[in-house]
Amino acid sequence: MSLTTNDVNKIAHLARLGIDAQDTESYAKDLSGILDLMTQMSELNTDAVEPMAHPMDQAQRLRADNITEINNRDKFMSIAPQTEDGLFLVPKVIE
Amino acid sequence: MHNKSLKELSIGLQNKEFSSVELTQVFLNRIKQHQDLNAFITITEEIALQSAKEADIRIANKKTDSLTGIPVAQKDIFCTLDVKTSCGSMMLDNFNAPYNATVIEKFNQAGAVMLGKLNMDEFAMGSSNETSYYGAVKNPWNTHKVPGGSSGGSAVAVAAKLAAFATGTDTGGSIRQPAALCGITGLKPTYGRVSRFGMIAYASSLDQGGPMTHSAEDAAIVLQTMAGFDPKDSTSVDLPVPDYSATLNQPLTGLKIGLPKEFFSDDLNAEMATKLSAAIDEYRKLGAEIKEVSMPNLKLAIPAYYVIAPAECSANLSRFDGVRFGHRCENPVDLTDLYTRSRGEGFGKEVKRRILMGTYALSTGYYDAYYVKAQKIRRLISDDFKNALTEVDVIMGPVTPTPAFDIGEKMSDPVEMYLSDIYTIAINLAGLPALSIPAGFINEMPIGLQIIGNYFTEAHLLNIAHQYQQVTNWHQQTPKGFA
Repeated sequence: MSLTTNDVNKIAHLARLGIDAQDTESYAKDLSGILDLMTQMSELNTDAVEPMAHPMDQAQRLRADNITEINNRDKFMSIAPQTEDGLFLVPKVIE
Repeated sequence: MHNKSLKELSIGLQNKEFSSVELTQVFLNRIKQHQDLNAFITITEEIALQSAKEADIRIANKKTDSLTGIPVAQKDIFCTLDVKTSCGSMMLDNFNAPYNATVIEKFNQAGAVMLGKLNMDEFAMGSSNETSYYGAVKNPWNTHKVPGGSSGGSAVAVAAKLAAFATGTDTGGSIRQPAALCGITGLKPTYGRVSRFGMIAYASSLDQGGPMTHSAEDAAIVLQTMAGFDPKDSTSVDLPVPDYSATLNQPLTGLKIGLPKEFFSDDLNAEMATKLSAAIDEYRKLGAEIKEVSMPNLKLAIPAYYVIAPAECSANLSRFDGVRFGHRCENPVDLTDLYTRSRGEGFGKEVKRRILMGTYALSTGYYDAYYVKAQKIRRLISDDFKNALTEVDVIMGPVTPTPAFDIGEKMSDPVEMYLSDIYTIAINLAGLPALSIPAGFINEMPIGLQIIGNYFTEAHLLNIAHQYQQVTNWHQQTPKGFA
């Protein structure tokens, strides 16, 4: 299985991940190498096997619906790149 | 002072042979003296001396815990309130965590003294500590060699005696592999035993924190503080924590040790095989019975792991978007540009590779072929372990295929780097506990013996490791220049 630079650009867009144009080729080569490793999995028939998502196979624990968090707004705002009036700022989304 | 065990340190502090401030100063001096190893990202000198003073007051008032006043270095993956928590990444170079990880809280409550934050592979993705934004860490046994990863800084801090003990995290071997390559003891507990709250996530169904120490005896003391149910971590397991030190001295007569034939095939380096069989002979002398077991699906652990871990990583790392914390690019023109450039600038090459791999494996049309297939293989591997552990009490094997390799040797080929994780990653897929203990040297570089147990048998693993350390002295060796 081999990936083209075009494939890499598509995946990078899905991940909203900027990659340098000059690196695309090497990512394509690396990912193709990794995918070759993955193809070993197809040698094994797993039709009757239940997928395992989690080592304990447990259901998510539930808790009572109580407010436990204290208000940390100022703290969280203080480490944000750009804020105004207690809100996170991003570039304009709607014209 | 830096050569003492945790028990000796605690006794020395309580008997006023030395104060916590004096002890802390010894380690701070050593850290500065050996900065060329690059083990630390942040040294928290002021915090350390302040906590040491508080610990001395606590000791004077006789309100001590087994770790009160003892200096620890924390892997930089654990969030520390108002202290830089970088996870080895440029993305978080400006990030002072707004809260403490549960593990950090537990050490604070015990009165341990934090010396600083340790270097690591970026977001814990790497097996050599070379992917860190802060540069490679050097192995004190030979500074041209890697210390292993991702908890490379942790292993070096302990091996070079820059801290009394350290914490690590293990997603595919990140505690055990650097422990082996630096000649220290490292334990990855059962998944769910140690809280993951505030431990920056790489692959959530695999990540687990644990102790990195000079001996199994020390590891028992540290795990006692780290382990336990945490309501803040929804995958934390609500089971009582046993007294890990109480059972260290139990005899090993009748212990059944399984050796997977897949671990000891002809592929295993001949010198490694010789050293490991010498270690297993020690266990025979201690009264253990040795039996061959088989785990036929083990060879598929690498491909399954390198689908599942990147898939979980691509989801976990989507939170780094340049909006709420972490790196943000200059002058974004729109939201897509903000995300794309902030992430492109903030992440290094290996992290990008894994995000791309994971995104691909989870994308429409490939999900079943890669992700679901890998999860099915995960089940088969887990069943292999379950079956083997009905026949034997523990499984033993190598930790790594070879001793530490040269810095730069494997950086050009990611697949070759991934293959070096062959003996450790299956354990994370199954969620089992496992530890690495020093078991000798090849060409003057340390190697490790891996001991894998059933779920929540950490006390037994520590007992088995401790008994070996009573009859061998590999764990007491110190690299030249660090005594």
